[in-house]
Amino acid sequence: MFALSATAAELLAWSPPRMGATLVAGLGNTILIALGAYGMGLVIGVAGAFGKLYGGPVTKDLLAVYTTLVRAVPELVLLLLITFAAKDGINKILTSNGFDPIDFSGVVAGIVVLGVVQGAYSTEVLRGAIQSVPAGQIEAARAMGMSPGKIARRVTLPLMTSAAVPGLANLWLTVTKDTALLAVIGFIELTKATSLAAGTTKSFLTFYLAAGVLYLMLSLVSGLIFGRIEKWARRGQRTLAGGGM
Amino acid sequence: MADGLQPTTEAIRVEDLHKSFGSLEVLKGVSLTAHEGDVVAIIGGSGSGKSTMLRCINFLETPTSGRIAIAGEAVAMRPTGAPADRRQLERIRQSLGMVFQQFNLWSHRTVLENLIEVPVQVMKCPRGEAMDRARKLLARVGLAEKEAAYPAFLSGGQQQRAAIARALCMEPKAMLFDEPTSALDPELVGEVLAVIRDLAAEGRTMILVTHEMKFAREVASHVIYLHNGRVEEEGPPDALFGDPKSERLKQFLRSVS
Ligand SMILES: Nc1ncnc2c1ncn2[C@@H]1O[C@H](COP(=O)(O)OP(=O)(O)O)[C@@H](O)[C@H]1O
Ligand SMILES: [Mg+2]
Repeated sequence: MFALSATAAELLAWSPPRMGATLVAGLGNTILIALGAYGMGLVIGVAGAFGKLYGGPVTKDLLAVYTTLVRAVPELVLLLLITFAAKDGINKILTSNGFDPIDFSGVVAGIVVLGVVQGAYSTEVLRGAIQSVPAGQIEAARAMGMSPGKIARRVTLPLMTSAAVPGLANLWLTVTKDTALLAVIGFIELTKATSLAAGTTKSFLTFYLAAGVLYLMLSLVSGLIFGRIEKWARRGQRTLAGGGM
Repeated sequence: MADGLQPTTEAIRVEDLHKSFGSLEVLKGVSLTAHEGDVVAIIGGSGSGKSTMLRCINFLETPTSGRIAIAGEAVAMRPTGAPADRRQLERIRQSLGMVFQQFNLWSHRTVLENLIEVPVQVMKCPRGEAMDRARKLLARVGLAEKEAAYPAFLSGGQQQRAAIARALCMEPKAMLFDEPTSALDPELVGEVLAVIRDLAAEGRTMILVTHEMKFAREVASHVIYLHNGRVEEEGPPDALFGDPKSERLKQFLRSVS
């Protein structure tokens, strides 16, 4: 144990054997996938939430099937389904019709799978947030001749943000950790990079601890950013602590 | 106020308005005409259909049947009663300033931002011009110092005065008030009534649903008593309050006095 700190410093060094760089590259991939999936989830979520509340009966049914199914099936199963089954199926169809097969790289598959999963949860978070908007404030906008699009942009969206931010912050933390699932299909995100580095050097404790610290830092920085966003979204609301204008 | 003079320009006309919620018929053929400068007060018991009637004028509620015309322009309706022309309705709504019982200021905007929102975002009024107008209106309702405050930090009376200023900032042809003082603590009612009184005195066209009988008698040029979705009695305030004809109105006036 006495030699551990020196060894750890060497192992995690940037320059050869460059395992520090491997971890940071893995972290970069983790953030990339998480951002992509989160963004995709938000787009699906906004459309899904408005669709669930204001869509026709068919839209509502389809969205109900989507959110129920996706939230019921483990992400890992969905991931394997898309990367292997869908990949084979789609490429079989493509090649038999004379097209080139698509390259389902880890990045694309990861973003699509986690994005679809995030979309289901975002839909529910945003639906609740829309419902929390006081009906009277929307009615005032209608009474003053705002168009439905203007009302959505100028009244509903800003007012729902404050209710949505805590739930959306949770979803972001979930997706940063769910990226670890991609290790299963061989994509080198932070967890996979860690296991590679640990396997090569046999210093498991050092690398998994380092990975833990990186995940923790990601979470802390995210917390700071979401805290800012929430404070901005809550402008005009009275808090228990009092607070100014 | 306009009595004696022959009022010429029609501001609001409601004809044979029916409204049902499902199988419940709430309005059973009511009519109303307000000329420019008129203050029409609508009174009646709780659930008699006052709010519904007022909200049908700007189609916050979709009438089941009937005709509605603002400044002589009929609102295009489908056979179902639904508005047929969204653009026309939006334009007409901008000419009707509505004030709600619960104020309904936008909580994420400051008082000043509330006032200029529709003029700038919807009516394409230059921002500077809208701000000048808004500040004058805030001064007029006694809120000049509160322009940067968010609604949640104002008293109910201040919020309602800001809501009135917000409606006025669209420079509407007429104002619609739905029990503007019913959500206020008693000591805050007076300051809001003072603003409305001031508007009546400058000849604003208004339709006012209210429980404040003394106030209605004081400012109204015409009073409509609704009972069970019908106009039970109507006329000038002194006749209606001083010499009610129908037994129901007599009873109602006794119950509220
Ligand atoms: N959106 C609605 N759905 C169903 N019933 C309603 C709705 N709005 C009002 N009503 C009913 O219509 C009747 C008249 O309501 P309202 O116009 O609000 O009365 P008032 O303003 O005179 O108290 C009441 O019986 C009320 O319950
Ligand atoms: Mg009412």
